[in-house]
Amino acid sequence: MASLVGSRVERKEDKRFLTGKGRYTSDINIANQTYAIFIRSPHARAKIKKIDTSKALKSSGVVEILTGEHIAQDKIGGLIAGWAIRSEDGSEMKCPANPPLAKDSVNFVGDPVAVVFAETLDEARLAAELVKVDYKVLKAVSNLGEAMNSEAIHDGIDKNLCYDWLLGDRQKTKEAFDKADKIIKLDIVNNRLIPNAMEPRACVIDYNTASEEITCYTTSQNPHLSRLIMSAFGGVAPENKLRVVAPDVGGGFGSKINLYNEEIVCSWASKKIERPIKWVAERTESFLTDTHGRDHITHAELAVTNDGKFLGFKNETIANLGAYARVFGTVTPTYLFGPCATGVYIMPAAYSNVKAVYTNTAPVDAYRGAGRPEATYTIERIVDKAAMELGMDPIEIRMKNFPTEFPFKQTLVHQIDSGDYVAGLNKAKEMADYDGFAARKKESESKGKLRGIGVTSYFEACGIAPSPVVMMLGCGVGLWESAEVRFNPTGQVTVYTGSHSHGQSHQTTFAQIAADELGVPIENVDVVHGDTDKGTFGMGTYGSRSLTVGGIAIVNACKKIVNKGKRIAAKMLEASPDEVDFKNGEFVVAKSNKKKTIGEVAFASYLPGVRDEVKSPLPEGDEPGLIESSFFDPANFSFPAGSHICEVEIDPETGHVKLDKYTAVDDFGTIVNPLIVEGQVHGGLAQGIGQALYENAQYDDSGQLITASYMDYTMPRADDLPDFNLGFTCTKATTNPLGVKGCGEAGTIAATPTVMNAVINALGGKEISLPATAEKVWKACKEMKKSNAKAA
Amino acid sequence: MKTFNYHSAKDVKEASKLASSNSAFLAGGMTTIPSMKLGLASYKDIIDIKRIKKLSGIKVSGKTVTIGATTKHSEVASSKDVKKAIPSLAALAEGIGDPQVRNRGTIGGSIANNDPAADYPSACIALNATIHTNNRSIDAEKFFRGMFETCLKSTEVIEAIEFSIPEKSSYQKLPNPASRYAIIGVYVAKHKTGINVGVTGAKSCVYNDKDLAGALTKNFSSSAIDSVKISSSGMNSDIHASSDYRANMVKAFAKKAVDAC
Repeated sequence: MASLVGSRVERKEDKRFLTGKGRYTSDINIANQTYAIFIRSPHARAKIKKIDTSKALKSSGVVEILTGEHIAQDKIGGLIAGWAIRSEDGSEMKCPANPPLAKDSVNFVGDPVAVVFAETLDEARLAAELVKVDYKVLKAVSNLGEAMNSEAIHDGIDKNLCYDWLLGDRQKTKEAFDKADKIIKLDIVNNRLIPNAMEPRACVIDYNTASEEITCYTTSQNPHLSRLIMSAFGGVAPENKLRVVAPDVGGGFGSKINLYNEEIVCSWASKKIERPIKWVAERTESFLTDTHGRDHITHAELAVTNDGKFLGFKNETIANLGAYARVFGTVTPTYLFGPCATGVYIMPAAYSNVKAVYTNTAPVDAYRGAGRPEATYTIERIVDKAAMELGMDPIEIRMKNFPTEFPFKQTLVHQIDSGDYVAGLNKAKEMADYDGFAARKKESESKGKLRGIGVTSYFEACGIAPSPVVMMLGCGVGLWESAEVRFNPTGQVTVYTGSHSHGQSHQTTFAQIAADELGVPIENVDVVHGDTDKGTFGMGTYGSRSLTVGGIAIVNACKKIVNKGKRIAAKMLEASPDEVDFKNGEFVVAKSNKKKTIGEVAFASYLPGVRDEVKSPLPEGDEPGLIESSFFDPANFSFPAGSHICEVEIDPETGHVKLDKYTAVDDFGTIVNPLIVEGQVHGGLAQGIGQALYENAQYDDSGQLITASYMDYTMPRADDLPDFNLGFTCTKATTNPLGVKGCGEAGTIAATPTVMNAVINALGGKEISLPATAEKVWKACKEMKKSNAKAA
Repeated sequence: MKTFNYHSAKDVKEASKLASSNSAFLAGGMTTIPSMKLGLASYKDIIDIKRIKKLSGIKVSGKTVTIGATTKHSEVASSKDVKKAIPSLAALAEGIGDPQVRNRGTIGGSIANNDPAADYPSACIALNATIHTNNRSIDAEKFFRGMFETCLKSTEVIEAIEFSIPEKSSYQKLPNPASRYAIIGVYVAKHKTGINVGVTGAKSCVYNDKDLAGALTKNFSSSAIDSVKISSSGMNSDIHASSDYRANMVKAFAKKAVDAC
């Protein structure tokens, strides 16, 4: 039987997704359900003086209206930051309370203050308009750069500073800078993004008045973790009385990692009103209240020699947390960002210093790439700037500073087990026809256009993560993953995974690896996820961890199945277990050439006896059944890497940037399904390109989100994108049995600097801020024309 | 959405009779319905005019193209007659919104709404359109009054728009990258009787740029536009484009339009 790992198996998910048969949270309806509408603060910062619900309570169809007072009375806990970060001076980070419904103050536009439950959605909406909230409006802190000099938003959090964190060695870095021939400096703003999952958040709550069990159907990337937080911190119900189900989920990109206010409030309220509850976000609510991404202000310096060797690197960043610190909010700009600051290069000395601050904006948390796009953008922009200032080719300067031996101890934290950065960049160079660029540039110029080329080499640390390491760094949970593999008596296999698929195609990829391990047809393997009542436990999906952590748990559980199968087969075949080989789904005894299929062994394991004789096929000590589970805790992160090259053509008359060619060469180790991996790269690139050219979440001075709809928030679209030219190199990860590395975030990490390097290259090195909108580029072209005219 | 009375009018007379200052005609509903859903607008009566057959259809005579008010953008875009008579008008229709919008949205709805960033008003200006209502015929230059404002009375129903077939014409637009409405759109049309340059998106209301038209009358080439000064005063300014950028883009897209004529 040919191996399924490596083959382009068509997605098992396609049929239901492409024919509209997916079952999403908002597709679920429970008899007698009520509809929830949240009343949200229209102000970015205000004190709540009074909430008057009297008129609204009399409105038609209203079942109940609850406020922050009720939450407080019932001692329902709030939302939490999942990682405790310590400042450089040793002090613990400062986090404000984040109650599910605000009681005393609101801190961003969209902060919920009350909720209406009514018989119909329209009745809930009409009643919500009658709830009168009396606010005392305060001056909002909406500008990240000024946040530390503004009035404190939260009591006791001086300068709005959550922490002032350091990674690396300031003294050693200073010494390296003292020896430099040249110091390259760069100031950048990493623009704020809104994740925009296609499916808005939603929850449907079903409270069983007899068993006192709450079932919460929700749009989550990690239902088990949501249950844990809702139970342990929210105090909504004990874990055994709380079931969280995340059915089909239409995209998350990090924004659905968090447990949100609405899930806690509706779960708690369902028990209180003894009615099922349905809540579905409107798109405006998604814009206002889904966690946002990025939003950094960075000053970076790179110390170089005249011949382009890197000596040291400094990264001083202010990161926006928004109004509250959420699950991955505090770790994204620290341990997911800082260690990657030095990129793929040998960097003798470096440090990353991050000040995370609160502002009156939506909470900022992990967004596809989480910290690594921001780090990669900084280093890859400054390396290009160094090449330009030194008169070097961007590929040459990168090659000069690549490590060539692995494992490679990266400057700030990571021990990178495997990679070949030289091979990746060479391949990208060839595929992109880098040497033909000059001719293409000339051709563009003959049409009055500008052409630029951009290069990025990246590595990232994903597949999060070894539990002892992350817990040492302040993580509140371990980041292992679990799996259970069950053979049923007639030979089909069900794989239960703690990972969660919201677009990642786990039902196909995981089935491929399980089918390979067990030697059964892929049609016989079903993958089940997303339900705390099914499967053991799980830490969910984010940080490109599903395959590298969750997938390995499946492999390990399958190996346990095979081991037990060997013992059973040995007894059935009258041999000893070490005489039994397992291959292509068959247990074979070489000396007698007798064999049993794994299906026959599974059948025997469930029906351990024969008629008219007391005889069990099971060896002594083995229990009936063929079910095994595994908890896999990785030994290290996984480190995908690659090089991307793109070309842009700019119309100087309008500033329009046309993305003309895009080549991506990535090393994801072993690739289980190239079709799915290519899809992941395509999607990742689109989002990275979106950040470079289009997307930009903007708040005004009063803290109003002025890009709160698709009329103003620019998403990348299919016609903005070229055909992607994808290539792969492969160095297998040495830290897991499949040799796999994560692939979900790479495109997003690499694309933004690649595109911006190309735009800035076309503009003759003129710096331009993210995103490179037509007007900004047009202005830069005009200035370029002026300075060229002067020079002439 | 607030509750309202729904009427389906069988003819224009009935539609007009049902109308009041607190009603809206419904054709494609591409603006009216979202506005109502978002709570930005509410009406006592919604008068559906989609079933009035005579309001839909395309007629070409020797000198003009007449398009019924409830004709959909997709119908204009794919009409062989329009493509032959005024190809730039078919191309404009093809560039409105997305397929869903083009399959619902109507020309009458677009011009009655007079969104400052809509495409069709620039065609009306450039192509010397006459707007025929149940009461009168109105020249395009007099029809568009200001932001979302026309000279239509609340009981007046647009029946058809009659465009003059030009010698040459082209519509070029810079779409808003998010909404794909026009940041600016420039419609250049050369008629025997003169040249019009309909500009949308730039100001609070569509207008005929007389300076550009004047320069092109002397010399119909994109180089003639170089010397025209376009002031940014009165131009719209938002997060996507400043007034200065818009003023410059009017010029850049006028040149593109002339080159494409």
